[in-house]
Amino acid sequence: MSNLDIHHTTLLGPDGHPLAPLPAEFANHETIRDLYRHMVLARTFDAKAVALHGSGRLGTYASLLGQEAVGVGIGHVMRPEDVLVPSFREHAAQLRRGVRPEELYLYWGGDERGSAFAGPTQDFPVSATVGGHAPHAAGVALAFKLRGEARVAVCVFGDGATSKGDVYEAMNVAGLWQLPVVFIVTNNQWALSTPRREQTAATTLAQKAVAAGFEGEQVDGNDVIAVAKVVGEALAHARSGNGPRLIECLTYRLADHTTVDDAARYRDESEVTPWWEKDPIARVRLYLSATAGWSDQQEKALLDECGTLIERAAEAYLATPPQGPEAMFDHLYGKLPADLAAQRDEVVAATKNRADG
Amino acid sequence: MSAVASETKTRQLPYVVAITEGVREVLKEQANAFVAGEDVAGAGSVYGYYRGLLDEFGADRIYDTPISEKGIIGLGVGAAAAGLRPVLDIMFMDFIGECMDEIANQMAKMRFMFGGSATLPITVLTMAGAGANLAAQHSQSLEAWLAHLPGLKVVMPATPYDAKGLIIAAARDDNPVFVVLNKMSLAMMGDVPEGPYEVPIGKANVVRTGKNYTIVTLGRMLGQALDAAKQLAELGIDAEVIDARSVQPFDTEAVIKSVEKTHRAMVVHEAVRFGGFGAEIAAQIQEHAFDYLDAPVARVGAPFSPVPFSPALEKVYVPNAERIVVVAREQLGI
Repeated sequence: MSNLDIHHTTLLGPDGHPLAPLPAEFANHETIRDLYRHMVLARTFDAKAVALHGSGRLGTYASLLGQEAVGVGIGHVMRPEDVLVPSFREHAAQLRRGVRPEELYLYWGGDERGSAFAGPTQDFPVSATVGGHAPHAAGVALAFKLRGEARVAVCVFGDGATSKGDVYEAMNVAGLWQLPVVFIVTNNQWALSTPRREQTAATTLAQKAVAAGFEGEQVDGNDVIAVAKVVGEALAHARSGNGPRLIECLTYRLADHTTVDDAARYRDESEVTPWWEKDPIARVRLYLSATAGWSDQQEKALLDECGTLIERAAEAYLATPPQGPEAMFDHLYGKLPADLAAQRDEVVAATKNRADG
Repeated sequence: MSAVASETKTRQLPYVVAITEGVREVLKEQANAFVAGEDVAGAGSVYGYYRGLLDEFGADRIYDTPISEKGIIGLGVGAAAAGLRPVLDIMFMDFIGECMDEIANQMAKMRFMFGGSATLPITVLTMAGAGANLAAQHSQSLEAWLAHLPGLKVVMPATPYDAKGLIIAAARDDNPVFVVLNKMSLAMMGDVPEGPYEVPIGKANVVRTGKNYTIVTLGRMLGQALDAAKQLAELGIDAEVIDARSVQPFDTEAVIKSVEKTHRAMVVHEAVRFGGFGAEIAAQIQEHAFDYLDAPVARVGAPFSPVPFSPALEKVYVPNAERIVVVAREQLGI
């Protein structure tokens, strides 16, 4: 039981040449430049986050290096009123959705205020647990369905999460109730130090949808156009009441698992090198150079623009003073119960005493 | 204690019907409330407390889920964050082990971790309690697991009146609230007013006033404590019996006020005594009323064993009035 018929899509090859005529909505350079810009911005954000961690100014951070096309493709086709329910490595999708980079730095810097986005306000913040957020997406989709809203919940998790019961339980109920939700696996080939081949005997992760009663397909996760097309189709399918889909985006984690991991302990560099040749950003640049005359000057201007934007975000993050100790109790309950108000006062008083002493 | 209009009619109803009435009022007053759980729709739950609600409110309000506890809790978390007010059912409290990540790491922490940007008005009904010969995996009282999690509220209705009123209060609350029901109380009769009313969460109930002994009880142990109080009266002990009603938040003030008067206290719960919620209550008493105490705080709970399947052993296992009297006599040297 291994050869289920799983469709696979690549539109733009690693060398920047289209493997098939691009769909009409991607056949204009403006759209491609927009996708390119957001991938470059995500990579700039990522590099800055790693640097901030390196200099002790950001907490443990999960790099998305090499996976920019997945998030940008998803964010490109979601509507503002849809809801993103992301894992901890989907900064590109969050940024493309309008979450501010300074908010994400604030979160990764250990400040929960970073998860109260100025917008999109209904999107879920990072899920730091693996797969625990998948049932939430089904719940969000149930709310959309009950209220008769033409909205879709988009849940993104990694290959590792597909081994978990949470993900299966979410997919099962979503298939059963035909909920407007799209499940997306960012298959970056590694669950921390465990390679894809040691996670499951299933030939593809997309086929896990079959048991839940809906379609799964694979897409080249380093091809932003293919991701946008396939996710866009799944969104339309779900939005029109036809139920969920599972999309497996095949990509690769070029970085360590997090900034406190060292992948060299368990991963041979010879495995990583070929994936740099499939870089999602390089192939779009090659395409733009060949078809739209994308110049070195334009490239430099874009890098400068993203660099400035990210530097400003980092400065805003670093200039944000930490919260007072009372913040521990601020958002614990809607209204703090009397017993806990006493505890809050104790904590605040103890802090003051320490400061005075 | 609670606002019941004077013209409201009160009936004698069993606890199980009071649960139904509570959920019915919730579904009537909150258009975005729905019930989801295993065997809740057609079957009306294995104990029948949702019976009739499917016909009354329709399939858009009462959902049978697959056997999928973490799916149920997670679904409720997502639906609540998206603006609904879920009433979730975990058939037996023992099954919270199946969904503890969703409870402890998602539901309880989400408002906090989202920087206050998520509101989770979730009610979870679950059935606890030993004594029904259901063995170790369908009989536990695990309220201490939940009360230990910042972000949750946990109530334990001991009477039909409280069952209805606490369910309504839980559903009106903008936080996740667990309503821990007891299967041995289902047939218990009591006064239940018609229409909606709230029993406030976090307020204990002084069920019997007394002068020189305080018994604090959780859930079904209220009845056992009241029986024990009668026996103790014959020994010259005038016991005040306080039903905590809510373990998170816990009404420390009510208990301390009583102990300052009586100078001696016992806590009683059905859960295993070691590490049980009674330990927290005893600690609160010694922290806040040490100078008032004439004796160490006594604790009555189950032995440190799984709930036995054997009816003979289970009978010994569950605390009762006789046990309460024995422990009180030892404590007081009478």
